[in-house]
Amino acid sequence: MSPENLLLLLLLIPLIGGVAIVITGRIPNVREGATLITAGALFWTVLQLLPIVMGGAQPELHLWKMMPGLSLTLKADALGMVFALVASGLWIINSIYSIGYMRGNKEKNQTRFYLCFALALSSVMGIAMASNLLTLFVFYEVLTLVTFPLVTHHGTEKAKKAGRTYLGILLATSVGLQLLAILLTWIITGSLDFTEGGILAGKADGVIVGILLFLYMYGIGKAALMPIHRWLPAAMVAPTPVSALLHAVAVVKAGVFSVVRIVVHVFGIDLLANNAYSEWLLYVSGGTILIASTIALFQDNLKRRLAYSTISQLSYVVMATAILTPISVVGAIFHIMAHAFGKITLFFAAGSIYTAAHKTEISQLDGIGRKMPWTMGAFAVGSLCMVGLPPTAGFISKWHMLVGALQSDQLVVVAILSGSSLLAASYLFPIVFRAFFKAPPPVEDPHHDHGEAPLPIVIALTSTAALTIALFFFHEIPLTLAKMVTGLMVIP
Amino acid sequence: MNIPDYLPGLFNYWVSVILMMTGLYVVISRSNLVKKLVGLNLFQTSVFLFYITMGKVQGGTAPILDAKFSVYSNPVPHVLILTAIVVGIATTSLGLSLVVRIRRAYDTIEEEDISEIESLERLKSAQEKGS
Amino acid sequence: MIAANHYPILQVIVPLMAAPLCVIVRNNIIVRYVATLASWIALFIATQLMMRVMDDGPIRYVLGGWAAPLGIEYRIDLLNAFLLIIITIIGALVSIYGRFPVEKEIPESRVYLYYTVYLLALSGLLGMTVTGDMFNQFVYLEVAALSSYTLIAIGSSYRINRKALVASFRYLVLGTIGGTFFVIGIGLIYMATGALNLLDMAARIQELGGVADSRTLQVALAFLIVGLGLKMALFPLHLWQPEAYTQSPSSVSVFLAATATKVAVYLMMRVLFTVFGSVDLFATTMFDEALLILAVMAMFVGSLSAIWQVNLKRLLAYSSIAQIGYIILGVSIGNKMALAGSIVHMFNHALIKGALFMAVGAVFYRVGSSTLDDMRGLGKQMPLTMAAFTTAGLSLIGVPLTAGFISKWYLVTGVLQSGHWLVAILILFSSLLAIFYIWKIIEVAYFQSAPADAQPVSDPPLSMLLPMWGLTLLAVYFGIDAETTGLISQMAAEYLLGGGQ
Repeated sequence: MSPENLLLLLLLIPLIGGVAIVITGRIPNVREGATLITAGALFWTVLQLLPIVMGGAQPELHLWKMMPGLSLTLKADALGMVFALVASGLWIINSIYSIGYMRGNKEKNQTRFYLCFALALSSVMGIAMASNLLTLFVFYEVLTLVTFPLVTHHGTEKAKKAGRTYLGILLATSVGLQLLAILLTWIITGSLDFTEGGILAGKADGVIVGILLFLYMYGIGKAALMPIHRWLPAAMVAPTPVSALLHAVAVVKAGVFSVVRIVVHVFGIDLLANNAYSEWLLYVSGGTILIASTIALFQDNLKRRLAYSTISQLSYVVMATAILTPISVVGAIFHIMAHAFGKITLFFAAGSIYTAAHKTEISQLDGIGRKMPWTMGAFAVGSLCMVGLPPTAGFISKWHMLVGALQSDQLVVVAILSGSSLLAASYLFPIVFRAFFKAPPPVEDPHHDHGEAPLPIVIALTSTAALTIALFFFHEIPLTLAKMVTGLMVIP
Repeated sequence: MNIPDYLPGLFNYWVSVILMMTGLYVVISRSNLVKKLVGLNLFQTSVFLFYITMGKVQGGTAPILDAKFSVYSNPVPHVLILTAIVVGIATTSLGLSLVVRIRRAYDTIEEEDISEIESLERLKSAQEKGS
Repeated sequence: MIAANHYPILQVIVPLMAAPLCVIVRNNIIVRYVATLASWIALFIATQLMMRVMDDGPIRYVLGGWAAPLGIEYRIDLLNAFLLIIITIIGALVSIYGRFPVEKEIPESRVYLYYTVYLLALSGLLGMTVTGDMFNQFVYLEVAALSSYTLIAIGSSYRINRKALVASFRYLVLGTIGGTFFVIGIGLIYMATGALNLLDMAARIQELGGVADSRTLQVALAFLIVGLGLKMALFPLHLWQPEAYTQSPSSVSVFLAATATKVAVYLMMRVLFTVFGSVDLFATTMFDEALLILAVMAMFVGSLSAIWQVNLKRLLAYSSIAQIGYIILGVSIGNKMALAGSIVHMFNHALIKGALFMAVGAVFYRVGSSTLDDMRGLGKQMPLTMAAFTTAGLSLIGVPLTAGFISKWYLVTGVLQSGHWLVAILILFSSLLAIFYIWKIIEVAYFQSAPADAQPVSDPPLSMLLPMWGLTLLAVYFGIDAETTGLISQMAAEYLLGGGQ
């Protein structure tokens, strides 16, 4: 199959899967089968594209002309492949997990749930493969809309309120700021196509670059830079598989992915590095890291603590990009992947505890590690990844960021990195400690005691934990891709 | 005494403008719907006058071709205004028929009374919902 | 085919002749078929005209063999061909949609009259659009206006729905003032130029050296703009509009909201660009600044008022005031992209508002009310209607892959090109206000369950669903593939800016 058709398949497979899910909605087993097959097929397609892109080719596909002179176009490049690999790979595991979780908790409207998931993945593929700003923007907005029913899945008053925050912030920033930035870019340069070295390079300088950078960075609400981060904790009312795949991987990564994409391919690293008005990003993202980590310390609700941890980890990516050395950008790209594996594991564990024990607060978790050893073991691995310790993938990204910061003499960044690692350790490790070493509360009713979560959940969370460790040892492919993006490795 | 020449020379415009403003004033100030329509008519009529006098040419005759005359009034505005008069009649009759129906529905043709009735109704429905 | 040469006049004649036929027949069922048939024929003719204009350029059609400037000339270029398409698409779909709501909301003895007046309104709007003669425009304007007043009041009998009578009366007073202002404007231009034909006027005005030196022309333009502003409900002349759309029967709201104000905007474009030649006009006078300020205020006043409404029809009516603001904004900026944005938004907004009003009409048909409280639980009970409402609502907000996005894209690009940065930001933020009022409804429909004492309801009959979804899908389709509409608008804008020669 030609690479162009593979690109088209990336969009179509989840859509076809969505149709199949709706058709088979009445028979849950077949419906879940459809989800799994779709997820598998999507991952397989990404894998087919991988060697082509690693060989240096960049297959391109014009979808259609949207307006005179502007078309929706897909192009597979190294950066997009990283994101596509993560999202599609984790979708398989997340689907297995969802089956256990949704059935274990007897959730309603499961067909709608799986359908929206499939649609979300289709738009994630669109974001990953977008070859111009218009395409990126279109799929970015679609992703916001199709995830709204997932956030408000329970339909309660609380879900409604969270949905408002979610949609309000994401739409307001993207329509109010990002669209404006895109149109300005179009008027200044006459082009919206991502190019090596940046579209704006040589066409804009001075304050205008700073203004555009502000519009883009705050226009991408999904990257959750403070103070527009509130939608992310709000979105935690969703069922845990949604928090796990979307609000730890797909949606938030779409945000930081867009940040990297725009910095590298719209501005160009060199343009920003030589511009005095772009420095603020470093401090804003550094501040976000520290503040969000500190807030996380004081959250007793497990999912909220994880959400604030996500906010700080997302800003790692933004900050690493803002260091503006190729090696730090490599760290940023690698961290998209590393954080994805680590954080999804943590969320899986949170959902697993909720399903088995119906506990949501950290203070209730005394001694739970003895009853749920697999869950809490995986949680420990995820925590290591967040802190950035070997043998987990988080170490490699943090290493690259540190090297980049030292190369450019950004000692502030070094301080922020080490400080935030300490903070991460102190908001995550106590949970592990509590789970394994504190005595469990006396069980009032032995009949309602619980053990480990259902099997699909355990399979899912152990495999993501295993992947987090595996990525530490087998980092060849993602690092190569990241280096291809930044020009550190040129494929002849 | 020196009279500025825009006073007598533009006499027809002054008449139109005064009529027009009177009409508009009546439409705005009167609460009685029939009087409103009268004002509207006045307003429209001023425009008819404006058009008709516009076609007048000093010393011109009625625009009927004849060897004896060489200067004619311009017939086009007159023809146009015939159409406008028809439109005016249609508007007035439609307006009056609406007034008849309004009287049947509200037992009044005073706009103030109608507003009062409507605000009372709104209050009532709000109370019903409250209880 | 001989008829093909006469399409410009047939466009008006078909509905105009069908109207008296309806009065003669007087049978509600046959009349409905006559009206539907006439509407679809009009749509067919409009598409034929559009294709011919695209292929061969503007069409000139001389009425009764009297050549312009003596006779009346019908002149169709890209802009009014596009308008014809807008009007006839809505007309054709409303004629099908209207069947059940009309039976429910209008006394049986008057149903045939509804179709008669609807056909008159349709021919009035079409006539205004095709004709190239300004006084002729006025006559059609009044035909359309008189029939609109009637349509709004037609559902009321004795005390039932009596508010419609008052709404109609108020519209009649303001509409007549607007129409009369328009005639005064025409009269003044005629005094200065001696012409009634639009192109003739344009040529003479150019000979006179434009607007700058002629007080008469300036006054004429002011009268025309105020008159048309009243007709299109441009802020602050919009006071008649919310009540008129709220109290009228559902199918009438759909038809008027989607078409009537657009045609007034079209007339304003003709006046500003074709007759007065905007480039000169905007450079030498302050008309563009004035319009710009009014448009921006309309955007905010309309949207902010819409947020507080609890009656859905009134909410949509206020939203229309805001949308007219966007369209006039593009006109006042007056460069190619902004004007193209206005033109494409006339089309897109007609589709979107048509679909939204149809959905609300469907709710009214089933539930008997269109207030927010009565929307509770409809997401489950009327899934197809509410899905259409949601989709069209997203398009109104201007989400990508919907038609509203295309309008916004063009408009903001044009505004940025003209250097009005602040205005561009204002557009984007005012469009965010639409999220509030649309989302308010969606939340009630989907997140609240129906009150226990309410009758269970279901989706409306197919003859209402199909037109509603037809418009909704078009409102999405023209956001996904705006190649055609974008191109037509750009070409029409270029043509207008070139003076329409």
